[in-house]
Amino acid sequence: MGVLIIDTIEKGVVHLRSVYLDSNSGMPMWPEVISSMLPYMSEHYGNTSSIHAMGNEPKKAMEMARSHVAELIGADPTEVIFTSGATEAVNLALRGSTETASEGKKGIIYSQADHRTVTATAEDLSRKGVRTAMMPLDHLGAIKLKEAVSIMDQGGFHLLSMPFASQEVGTFQPVEDLVKEAAEREVLVHLDLTRSAFQVPIDVKKQGIDLATISSNDLLGPKGVGALYIKKGVRLKPILTGGGHERALRSGSENIPGIYGMGKAASIVKKRMGDYVPQMERVRDALIDGLLRIENTHLNGNMKMRLPNNANVRFDFIEGESILLMLDLNGIQAASGSACSSKTLEPSPTLMAMGLKHEEAHGSIQMTLNPNTTIDDIQYVLEVVPGIVENLREMSPLYNRIGD
Amino acid sequence: MSRIEYSKKVMEHFTNPRNVGTVDDADGIGTVGNPVCGDMMEISLKVEDGRIEDIKFRTFGCASAIATTSMLTEIIKGKTIEEAENISWDDVVKSLDGLPPVKVHCSHLAIDGLRKALYEYYRKRQIYRPDLIPKDEESHHESSPECE
Repeated sequence: MGVLIIDTIEKGVVHLRSVYLDSNSGMPMWPEVISSMLPYMSEHYGNTSSIHAMGNEPKKAMEMARSHVAELIGADPTEVIFTSGATEAVNLALRGSTETASEGKKGIIYSQADHRTVTATAEDLSRKGVRTAMMPLDHLGAIKLKEAVSIMDQGGFHLLSMPFASQEVGTFQPVEDLVKEAAEREVLVHLDLTRSAFQVPIDVKKQGIDLATISSNDLLGPKGVGALYIKKGVRLKPILTGGGHERALRSGSENIPGIYGMGKAASIVKKRMGDYVPQMERVRDALIDGLLRIENTHLNGNMKMRLPNNANVRFDFIEGESILLMLDLNGIQAASGSACSSKTLEPSPTLMAMGLKHEEAHGSIQMTLNPNTTIDDIQYVLEVVPGIVENLREMSPLYNRIGD
Repeated sequence: MSRIEYSKKVMEHFTNPRNVGTVDDADGIGTVGNPVCGDMMEISLKVEDGRIEDIKFRTFGCASAIATTSMLTEIIKGKTIEEAENISWDDVVKSLDGLPPVKVHCSHLAIDGLRKALYEYYRKRQIYRPDLIPKDEESHHESSPECE
């Protein structure tokens, strides 16, 4: 291994192999999505708001995309509006609903299972005087139902936000139970479908969801597009003012190529999910099984109740950034819960909320798959990882200490 | 990913660290940092005729923590004790062609480890050198409140 790495550094040699396991950070696009977008960057450049002929084609494309996205999540097309991505959708859901909530009931319940977009937005609203509360997580990463209910019972909250599954460890959340409890207390539910929409079917109508965020790139569509599902009757105040696009909820000339691409991606996901998800899950299981064969290695999160593309493990005695860099030098791209690889030097809030110790969070690695990940990719990873872990442990003063 | 932020020297020492392990019959061992904060270093050394004949390290931490301790052992090996006492974190950082600002604390920690090992070497000879004890190890982690 040493020789290959030094070669790589000195000569910039390209790896024999590259395995991408950071799909939570960015997805490849379906090739047919890319080609489908092209006409909307060339001949169909008109604005949907124009009444002349050039506005027609983009308008048709946008409405077709809207039906595809709606169909994927079981919504009516009139309940879907396009945004610049999941971040904007989350902001609109949280801020927009706070604005319309009645005085004395402006409050948001969330958790560390959420993406940073939700926690950062809730924190900002809190600074502005909006009531906020965090639901605790159990050690597998699921929201604790009883505690969540007692928070709702305190009153003064208009919205509960939760991801379909934990962002980092992929643990499924008790969506059905929480929706039921929230509905009984007239608390709206915002469901973040960012990570789950391409791999777990959802029916927002049947499940009684009020607001739902979807990201285009997470459907293997283009970046810079997203959508918010707004159940009929749920009122939001727009966070952007302007020309009154998207039923005045999201002003700004629509990103037609992106929106069309997102719609196309949604239709492909809907059609093929049944084929690629079981395959992806088998590949992921092989990855987890292989990694757990390395001694003193543990799975973060729930073995069964987790997103099919998520593997999150921790290696005792070693630190995440070192592991990530070694993986990268061997052509494997992953992510870490370690403080040292983050800009803030803080370990992952999700892992900490699950009750992991600092040193356990520091040694955690997140590997996220996509439909293109193959069993060959995973075999290569499993050939490389044991050596990396062994090398770093040899260097670690914690390893021998425990081994003594 | 912070790979690009690291100099070639850092990456070279990270991937091919020198002097890993613990010196047999060490005259001094200095352990600093802790796993909670994400880095922990152990420096062990052997002194003969006032010179540091052998020095080894073991590190739990990020690439810069590993590279820093590796570089430190390379600089110190063969130096007199007096010379070793005068090596600063800045010398280590310069030898590595720099460290990203958020990683400079690694070099402070490495120097603390060395000085703790030297402190122990003196102590075994009934020489008390409190000046070699790191004043506040945890101050290297000001950005991580949980490490204070």
